[in-house]
Amino acid sequence: MSPASRHIVNAKGITKSFGGFTAVDSISFRLMKGECLGFLGPNGAGKTSTIRMMYGVSPMTGGTLEVFGLNMATDWRAILYRIGVCQQENNADPDLSVIQNLEVFATYFDIPRRVARSRALELLRFMALDHRKHDRINSLSGGLLRRLILARSLINDPDLLILDEPTTGLDPQSRHQLWERMDVLRSRGLSIFLTTHYMDEAARLCDRLIIMDHGKILIQGRPQKLIREYAGKDVVEVINPPHELTELVRTHHLMNDMVGNRLIIYGQESENIFELIGQKFCLERCIQRMATLEDVFLRLTGRELRE
Amino acid sequence: MEVSITWRFLRVWKRNLTVYRRIWHINFLPPILEPLFYLLAFGVGLSALIGPVTYMDQQISYLAFITPALLGVNAMYNAFFENTYASFVRMYYQKTFDAMMATPLSLHEVITGEIFWGATKSFIATALMLAVVSAFGLVQYPHGFLILFVAFLGGLAFGSLGMFFTGILPSIDMFNLPIFLFITPMFLFSGTFFPLDNLPLWAQQAAMAFPLTHLVHITRSLALGFLSWDLLWSVAYLTVFTMIFFPLAIYVMCRRLIH
Repeated sequence: MSPASRHIVNAKGITKSFGGFTAVDSISFRLMKGECLGFLGPNGAGKTSTIRMMYGVSPMTGGTLEVFGLNMATDWRAILYRIGVCQQENNADPDLSVIQNLEVFATYFDIPRRVARSRALELLRFMALDHRKHDRINSLSGGLLRRLILARSLINDPDLLILDEPTTGLDPQSRHQLWERMDVLRSRGLSIFLTTHYMDEAARLCDRLIIMDHGKILIQGRPQKLIREYAGKDVVEVINPPHELTELVRTHHLMNDMVGNRLIIYGQESENIFELIGQKFCLERCIQRMATLEDVFLRLTGRELRE
Repeated sequence: MEVSITWRFLRVWKRNLTVYRRIWHINFLPPILEPLFYLLAFGVGLSALIGPVTYMDQQISYLAFITPALLGVNAMYNAFFENTYASFVRMYYQKTFDAMMATPLSLHEVITGEIFWGATKSFIATALMLAVVSAFGLVQYPHGFLILFVAFLGGLAFGSLGMFFTGILPSIDMFNLPIFLFITPMFLFSGTFFPLDNLPLWAQQAAMAFPLTHLVHITRSLALGFLSWDLLWSVAYLTVFTMIFFPLAIYVMCRRLIH
């Protein structure tokens, strides 16, 4: 197999401008076959603009985007036959029943009626929705609705699944159930492109992450590698740190952030000083924990509110 | 802008038909009951006051005069309301178009499917209403069958107009505006309830700009059994009207939904 054919997505300098505002500023990235690639970023970072270009509803201002080796600008229809999209809004069709939502959606992909029916039933079983198949959409809870949207995005047996904030607003049970379903899909080799605001979701599901802000890519890499690189291994958070501690941090050049009256110190594995800090300064009003993706995210994109 | 309309627009049309069939018995009621109300109000109530009307140099009953016009109005309402309120709900509240745009359907096809569905609703409603009024002997056949095709053409014209407003109006309440400014005046002054000759000349000429004037002219001629070449002018008017507003509707919808 040639290298090019292993790229499910190959974006080169894609740009999206709205009037004078550049939402996506010439970003390049690739999605390999069977990979789950996550896009993280604060509101307004350009995630949704990027994802909308990837399923062809938003024309690019610049750059080239290849999906399955086809050019999105010219072969969008051929590409869209092979993509499944789970949009941010729960836009299930309220005029139709649960199973009709899948069957009618199948017709948009030219799937014959009989095939559509059996695939719809199979997907409803897969998403544990088969007991609700004749129900109205309005009677479904948020979690059930999300499962239906995910089922619908699989109706054309896609080679690429695009998920725009798939678990936003769900309760923990529903989130975990969706994650577990996505694990199954990943184990079948489905390539997935995902945006999320949840760091635990990104760390759990994605092979590789891209963190973007202000329309640009800040960093990309494997979740564990990003954590090691940008937030270390362990973290100590001390409220109202004594002068002695801030001096210690400064002289040892430890990675740290001061947020209000809280000192956050990021420690690498090799740093013995870190253990000392833990024992000596972490008494009350102090948290010792492992570094997470959230640390990376906040360090890179800042802590101020965006909207 | 690249135009991409293929037969796939029928998928969107079919989606609307599927929804319509779910509650077909409720959807069938208005076009059956409405003409009965009209027949009662105008045929029994008002006709007694008015007496016969002169149309094409013939004396006809007031009921025979207005019934074909109501067929035209019915075709207008069905397509216009489908492609304003109903399409707006699908576009804005239900995000149905957004979901369709993430499939191999183009937005052009979605809008085309919506407008053809609006025309289909005009066709169905006209067929039902035609059946009811025919039972009272108010329609001449075989000419009357042609009314069905005219209803579809009128549906395309008024559906395109409605979809144009759906593309430009910011909220659903704003539909009051085109209804108040266009639909109601057309309903009253398109030769529907009285012959256009009763109006001053300037108003007659102004009425010729209304698509409903032409639609009613055709339905009335056909229902009364008059066939003449000048009907083709009215067909041509509706066709040109559609050919202007159909692309315009697609243009404003693309401007609204593609970012």
